[in-house]
Amino acid sequence: MRDVAIIGVGQTKVGEHWDISLRHLALEAVQAGLADAGVRQADALYVGNMLSGELTGQEHLGALVADFAGLRGIEAFRIEAACGSGAAALRMGYVAVAGELADIVVVVGVEKMTDALGPDTTAALALATDGDYEAAQGASFVAINALLMRRYMHEHGYVHQDFAPFAVNAHRNGANNPYAMFRFPVTVERFVRARMICDPINLLDSSPICDGAAAVVLAPADAGRALSAAPIRIVGSAVGTDTVAVHDRRDPLVLDGAILSTRRAYEQAGVGPEDIDLFELHDAFSIMAALSLEAAGFADRGQGLRLALEGKIGIEGRVPVATMGGLKARGHPVGGTGVYQVVEVVQQLRGLAGANQVENARLGMAQNIGGSGATVVTHILERVDE
Amino acid sequence: MSIPGNWRLQTQRYRLVGEVCEKCGARIFPPRDVCPECEGPAQTPFVFSGRGEVYSYSTVYHPPRGFEEFAPYTVALVQLEEGPMVTAQLTDVDADHVRVGMPVEMVTRKVQGGGDAGAIVYGYKFRPAVGHAV
Repeated sequence: MRDVAIIGVGQTKVGEHWDISLRHLALEAVQAGLADAGVRQADALYVGNMLSGELTGQEHLGALVADFAGLRGIEAFRIEAACGSGAAALRMGYVAVAGELADIVVVVGVEKMTDALGPDTTAALALATDGDYEAAQGASFVAINALLMRRYMHEHGYVHQDFAPFAVNAHRNGANNPYAMFRFPVTVERFVRARMICDPINLLDSSPICDGAAAVVLAPADAGRALSAAPIRIVGSAVGTDTVAVHDRRDPLVLDGAILSTRRAYEQAGVGPEDIDLFELHDAFSIMAALSLEAAGFADRGQGLRLALEGKIGIEGRVPVATMGGLKARGHPVGGTGVYQVVEVVQQLRGLAGANQVENARLGMAQNIGGSGATVVTHILERVDE
Repeated sequence: MSIPGNWRLQTQRYRLVGEVCEKCGARIFPPRDVCPECEGPAQTPFVFSGRGEVYSYSTVYHPPRGFEEFAPYTVALVQLEEGPMVTAQLTDVDADHVRVGMPVEMVTRKVQGGGDAGAIVYGYKFRPAVGHAV
């Protein structure tokens, strides 16, 4: 195994891109990543995507994106792990470079969600659940998260308004990110009054349905220094899994897959939660942000929300989260999200996060969750000092 | 879901048939042939009583395709009295009256389909346990 570096990143603005197709979103991100890395060719392309067949009638993305992005002929295929597809693709890219099977690997996460109608998108997202025993009962993906949120409030004595700091923080940070879908702040009052989706989850608990693509270029760390002015080293890369169905979990309010994933990443990196300068967590719904903070070791069971209420998740807090808007405000193009998170950690570690810069950020963590906790992919990145 | 896909699930859907572990006695639903508690073989059928209580619940206002006719409807996690938890809709109850811990029992209802949504699918839903005032 050799060390792996990220030598280039690229992203498209997240939004409702009526005028841009899936393939063009992907190629825009790939070309931006290659330009940032200063390379023109790669050995392999891994595409993270969840729903291209379901929502746009296009499978077989590996060869398609490779061809249109100017990489015709290289090894290329798509990797799927529900909403964790993006980071799963990065994980495979990492494995290829670390295992000395490839030198330059491009990873792109892409999702095109706005071509389908609302009820069809809702049904497609429910494919992340246990089809026979969750989706077949009419449980949408939002409903699955709502069941967790209700129980969390019931067991720990929280009220809905207590979740507001996650949305307020995400929107405050998204407002400064030119690639974010939502570039406006929200208030606690607006959070409380937002339209109900699946009681108790309302619109401002939820990440939006949107389009977007993000890419990273990987290289061996020793070559990375020659290829890139500011390579960022991947010091932890790990996956943990759990039951797909929430009802099969040991304790539905504990993300065992996330505990396994973070523990493995921490062990590989030789660090603990106290060393992490920022945490791009999977805030698809505000309840997932709370549960992620707990599973990653930043809070005990039931106390993740406390961190947000005590103002510790802001840019200058103990554990800054959603520093560029998170899934809530930057947007959640599902298969793209895991790569966006990593691109944003790279921006932070390069010192290029603008108004949202976490001061002297050296170690950043990104965690991408497939389903409601069944596939959890964690990456820890480190700034390489000269 | 396809007609054979639904047909295969008929014993689970109509009668809550799961399995019991021959080694540790754990009751298992849905059937998976391997005990999730002790990894022992578990292929002996076990019919659940259908009684349980609400662990959590949510009312769905924006349903997935195929469930529009039921909206708004309440989905719940039901902890069965034999141990396992299931995801199912609640029926015969006003959403405002549902509470965590409420005793419920299984009934057979139309779960999906009819008209443009395809073949009608019947399955389990849960209603307040008879004798339990709501």
